Amino acid sequence: MSDLITARGLTKTFPGVRALDGVDFSLRPGEVHALVGENGSGKSTLIKILMGVYRRDAGEIEIKGRPIHELTPEHAQALGLAAVYQDVTLARQLSVGENFFLGAMPRSRWGGIAWDEANKRSGAVLHDLGLDIDPRSRLQDLPVAKQEMVAIAKAVFENSDIIVFDEPTALLTDDETQLLFSIIRRLREAGKGIIYITHRLEELFSICDRVTVLKDGACVRTLPVGEIDQDGLMRLMVGRSMADMYTIRRLPPGEPVLEVQGLTREPRFRDVSFAVHRGEIFGMFGLVGSGRTDVLRAIYGADPIDSGQVRLNGAPVSFFHPRDAIEARIGFLAEDRKNQSIALSLSVRVNANLTSYPAISRLGVLDVAAERQNAADCIAQLRVKTPSDQQVIRNLSGGNQQKVVLGKSLISKAQILLCDEPTIGVDVGAKSEIYKIFEKLTAEGITILLVSSYLPEVMGLSDRILVLYEGNPMGIVARRDFDEEKLVRLASGVAA
Amino acid sequence: MPATRRKFTLETSATLGLIIVLLFAFLWATTSAFMTWENLVNLLRQTSINGVIALGMLLVIISAGIDLSVGAVVAIAGIVNALLLKAGVPLIVTVPVSLLVGAAVGLLNGVLIYDFGITPFIASLGTMTMVRGLVMILSGARMIASLPAGFAHLSMSTALGIPTMFLIWMALFAVTATLLRYTQLGRNMFIIGSSVEVARLSGIRLRRNTYAIYSLCSLFAAIGGLLLSSRLSMGVPTAGIGYELDAIAAVVIGGGSLMGAAGSALGAVLGAIIMQTIHNGGTLLGIDPFALQIIIGALILVSVGIDQVRVRRRSTT
Repeated sequence: MSDLITARGLTKTFPGVRALDGVDFSLRPGEVHALVGENGSGKSTLIKILMGVYRRDAGEIEIKGRPIHELTPEHAQALGLAAVYQDVTLARQLSVGENFFLGAMPRSRWGGIAWDEANKRSGAVLHDLGLDIDPRSRLQDLPVAKQEMVAIAKAVFENSDIIVFDEPTALLTDDETQLLFSIIRRLREAGKGIIYITHRLEELFSICDRVTVLKDGACVRTLPVGEIDQDGLMRLMVGRSMADMYTIRRLPPGEPVLEVQGLTREPRFRDVSFAVHRGEIFGMFGLVGSGRTDVLRAIYGADPIDSGQVRLNGAPVSFFHPRDAIEARIGFLAEDRKNQSIALSLSVRVNANLTSYPAISRLGVLDVAAERQNAADCIAQLRVKTPSDQQVIRNLSGGNQQKVVLGKSLISKAQILLCDEPTIGVDVGAKSEIYKIFEKLTAEGITILLVSSYLPEVMGLSDRILVLYEGNPMGIVARRDFDEEKLVRLASGVAA
Repeated sequence: MPATRRKFTLETSATLGLIIVLLFAFLWATTSAFMTWENLVNLLRQTSINGVIALGMLLVIISAGIDLSVGAVVAIAGIVNALLLKAGVPLIVTVPVSLLVGAAVGLLNGVLIYDFGITPFIASLGTMTMVRGLVMILSGARMIASLPAGFAHLSMSTALGIPTMFLIWMALFAVTATLLRYTQLGRNMFIIGSSVEVARLSGIRLRRNTYAIYSLCSLFAAIGGLLLSSRLSMGVPTAGIGYELDAIAAVVIGGGSLMGAAGSALGAVLGAIIMQTIHNGGTLLGIDPFALQIIIGALILVSVGIDQVRVRRRSTT
């Protein structure tokens, strides 16, 4: 059988950047083809060209053996291409069934909408995929994981035979990931071609057949996954191996700086107690919904608590507003960077100073020289890649945005950093830079609370890990007792 | 590479400036009445009123809000002032009192929006309707004429040949530009306009900032109301109808976005000038006022459309 996609010499230039430089790519029927590379390596540009979103400057594309000249999104869809993006792009207010038929609901004889038929047909597809989802439920009432499954089912329903998955497991738990993989395997057996983009290299080995590595807009290599291991892939991507990533220099932690006693916020979490020491990285691990984020938000004063006490350097404190926490030198990196940590439409300069404005204002008047200096320090110290501090932060890569987020807490002189998934949506290179920054900060006596659902990360970085399950503390594990299986069992509510 | 914010603002302002120059040149060439001292001073005075209101609206729009009650505030400031003047209260008291009454409407907007979580559009629609009713009750739905000459003098007076009203507008322009560029409150407006959640997690106290933003907007509208009342030399209960839309249009033409976190004082000033010049020029040219409405509506759509195209171009490259 001929290839589903054959692309040769794809090139795309944006003003000042060659995003794609003569890339070859092919997709066979019945294969899962991984696309990996750091952010900015050209993965999304390649996908957007294939999906008809961008026009290529040069190169040839054949889809199912037919040469394609002009490709529009409608055209791509008609050719059987579909994409499932990490932030689901369906109509969240509509029912699952309606989302299948968007704009083309089946009609009854009288011209009304044939709801029964719509629900039956969409229900059948969901059922076939082994999904327990009622087509009548409203999409936004479903958990994110199920929404994503709906998006996949929709692609199947539309009879797409080339399906792009963009970081599909970013928001999924392990069980959900397994379900996703079983669906992908089923699609593969049905002869569909699947393009799989991921930052999580380890999952690539359990699901993909071939892998194409992109770097700086060029294709490094395409090879079967059996011919390479994770370390090898990493080297192809960044020229650096996995073992270097988590080598944080450990120091004996100092005196306790943050003590939490019986912290409770029903129904999110209850009776959480721990003490974190100066210079320590204290991990918090748990599945989505385990209350990890809620504990951080409560400490930061972003959410009220029902009971419990927080002590800072031995003295009891109560924060009613994030401002109180910032003044007590606590910084917060939210999980949802784009909606909580950075002002997307504003400049790097403003974002670097987000939590520092009261400190550089007198009677409400800003010291603009200090503002500029703060931004310059942030860019220089954290090596933020930006043409200038006037650049709108939206245009920076995820890793550079996250560096600015870290920088703003450092500029407001935070001594304790509450980090919620600090490397989500960040490429491998920036990840390792962020780890290096953590290392430097802890050496300077800054304390880090690290929430991560990514086990290698939380195990690689933390001195101790508190495991949460449905809001209940399941125990604190010290570094010498770290064990993947043990942590996963605790996080699933099974006492170790 | 995408343009930086400052460069973007400059581009917008330069384009607007060019449009104004072209408009003036066109009207100079096609009418004999336009480029007369008398007409230009008249134009300046009317633009000053709308321009002041637009500056207040700008603050609200930058913080991703909207205030439909500014027109009603124009009316209530004028009426309260006129009633007090008729009761023999001296100007030095009536002016601050009417400004405070106006600002109180903004404070109420702020309370409705922050404390009751009502969206700005609905909150200010409610207060607009209430204030309009209140104005009618206070004034008995009648104009309050024959105000003391001292009050009318304000709008007639000039300093060094420049209308005082225009100087007031320019002073407020300077205040607004400074506020936006050099104060914590100004930064807060942009941050809130970008995302309320980001603002809160950054330690910005939303309650006081929301109150301040809407109170300032209403204060500016009340100033506009007093200028209008002085110009008409009476308190008019129906004054300011539709001014909220003119103000929004001026801000939007000047590069503001209802999505928040965009806009500049210079842009709002230029936007107001364009709006009023078209009004004025259209009248001089004898264009059917209804046709003029079509032109102004189209202008709003074109300027926002161009902006959208630019934004899209920036985000896809």
